Amino acid sequence: MDFGPYLMLATLEGAVTAAVLALTASGLALVFGVMRVVNVAHGEFFMLGAVLAWWVTSWFEGAAAFGFAFAILTVPLIVGALAALADVTVLKRLSYDPERTIVATIGILYILQQVTLMTYGPDARPVTPPFNTRLALPWVEMTETGLSLYWPWGLSITSYKLAVIAAATVILLALWIVMTRSKLGLMMRATEQDREMALAFGIPVERVYALVFGLGAGLAALAAVLIVPIQQAHYLMGGDPLLLSFIVVIIGGLGSLPGTVLAALLIGLSDGIISVFFSPTLAKILATLLVALVLVFRPQGLFGARRA
Amino acid sequence: MLKLEAVNAGYGRAQVLRDVSFEAQAGEITCLLGRNGAGKTTTMKAIMGVLPLMSGAVRLGKTVLSDLPAHVVPRHGVGYVPQGRRLFGDLTVGQNLEVGRFSQCESESTLEEILQLFPRLRERYAQRANTLSGGEQQMLAMGRALSLRPSVVLLDEPTEGLQPSMIAAIRDVTETLRDQGVAVVLVEQRVEAILALADRAALLENGRMRGVVSGEALRDDPTILARHLGV
Ligand SMILES: Nc1ncnc2c1ncn2[C@@H]1O[C@H](COP(=O)(O)OP(=O)(O)OP(=O)(O)O)[C@@H](O)[C@H]1O
Ligand SMILES: [Mg+2]
Repeated sequence: MDFGPYLMLATLEGAVTAAVLALTASGLALVFGVMRVVNVAHGEFFMLGAVLAWWVTSWFEGAAAFGFAFAILTVPLIVGALAALADVTVLKRLSYDPERTIVATIGILYILQQVTLMTYGPDARPVTPPFNTRLALPWVEMTETGLSLYWPWGLSITSYKLAVIAAATVILLALWIVMTRSKLGLMMRATEQDREMALAFGIPVERVYALVFGLGAGLAALAAVLIVPIQQAHYLMGGDPLLLSFIVVIIGGLGSLPGTVLAALLIGLSDGIISVFFSPTLAKILATLLVALVLVFRPQGLFGARRA
Repeated sequence: MLKLEAVNAGYGRAQVLRDVSFEAQAGEITCLLGRNGAGKTTTMKAIMGVLPLMSGAVRLGKTVLSDLPAHVVPRHGVGYVPQGRRLFGDLTVGQNLEVGRFSQCESESTLEEILQLFPRLRERYAQRANTLSGGEQQMLAMGRALSLRPSVVLLDEPTEGLQPSMIAAIRDVTETLRDQGVAVVLVEQRVEAILALADRAALLENGRMRGVVSGEALRDDPTILARHLGV
């Protein structure tokens, strides 16, 4: 394959990674932004989303598309409810103390991981995508008669991957509208800025916290349901999304939603491109290096405004 | 109307308020006086319920506010203008006012009234709160509290750091509220404002009550203020 088509292929693969990462990291950013809680268990809510998606779709043998639709509607709600429960029973009792909640979410991480190992087992299991047509992609070429389209061998993407990109975009837009235009979003942002004043002005801060923690975990689960037909469900799959989400949230400017999405695009696309042309390991090394540089030279994040 | 009964409260294990009791009547301005660190702001937080009581009670009419979850207190008509304004800085003027309206008792909007009361807020409606000038921020803090149509207003040093014309405007609003029958609790350090406005004064020293005096008594005997404010 020529360089041009090859780059386009790498970009598309990177865009899938970026889309899923943007969803996952937005959940982490939301929880950190509003609650100032560093949710170390975030990756396990992602893993739980994938494993539950496998479980739910396994009820619908032969009707893969229906099973998948059912999973994408129910699994994020189940995971979100579980997270909200963890908030009320654990984090609330720690008064959302920044240090103690880190330790507590590490505990939640191991509980979720080990319970999954005990029930679901150590195997990686695939989920059938609801649709999976391979679409050949055209490329332009200079010929004597001018520009012409041709279909290079190997330049293709599945319809499902395109759907993942589209779905993530729609969900992120919806999240943005909720945060900026709705009463609920206003409550979350007021709570984020001054918890005590939010309370003094009638905002049920504890319910907002439970909701935000559930929403954050639900976004991770949603991302996992979207990616599991491409990646397979496994009880240890939460590590990478957690690390990458942290990288993205730090680069994006802690807690800022647009910054997080931009950083996810940066990391996801470069991960795709570097992995294709060089190696996935180099991609991770460069991303981690970027975080180190950001932390030293621009601690408010590449896209974040300095916070008071 | 608003009544504190032997309120004990503090931060963690450090008790600040000890048996604080006083009453604020509708249509009156009750000044809460004391030196820096006496516990005036803490008293306001205790009334709002954002600081849980160790013992004692805060009543509003027949309702025991201190038995309610904090976020329900404003719904009973208690508006809070905190010390240092404490606006939602990243939200716009309009959004800050909207948060204020979350707790209003009547469903009818009071936005227009607020904007008439503080015309500057109309000009700055879409601007972020932390980009306002100090005076505008204080107007917004007042507007936010009045948005819920309160029957009790807690004003914690509303004129701190403001120029005379702004102070006069805040004072006008305070008097209007009183004339409308609102119970105003005012923390104020400036002697002339206290003398002009106080219908009664609750004196606080090191978290303990040192008595409640009438406005006349304050005006007749300036040494009371001197003793309790250290001026
Ligand atoms: N968040 C807090 N944690 C611990 N102690 C506090 C806290 N806030 C206030 N205090 C303490 O409570 C006491 C009373 O403080 P408070 O703010 O109520 O005083 P104040 O009368 O409002 O003073 P000022 O005139 O300076 O505003 C002080 O000794 C203060 O150090
Ligand atoms: Mg004070």
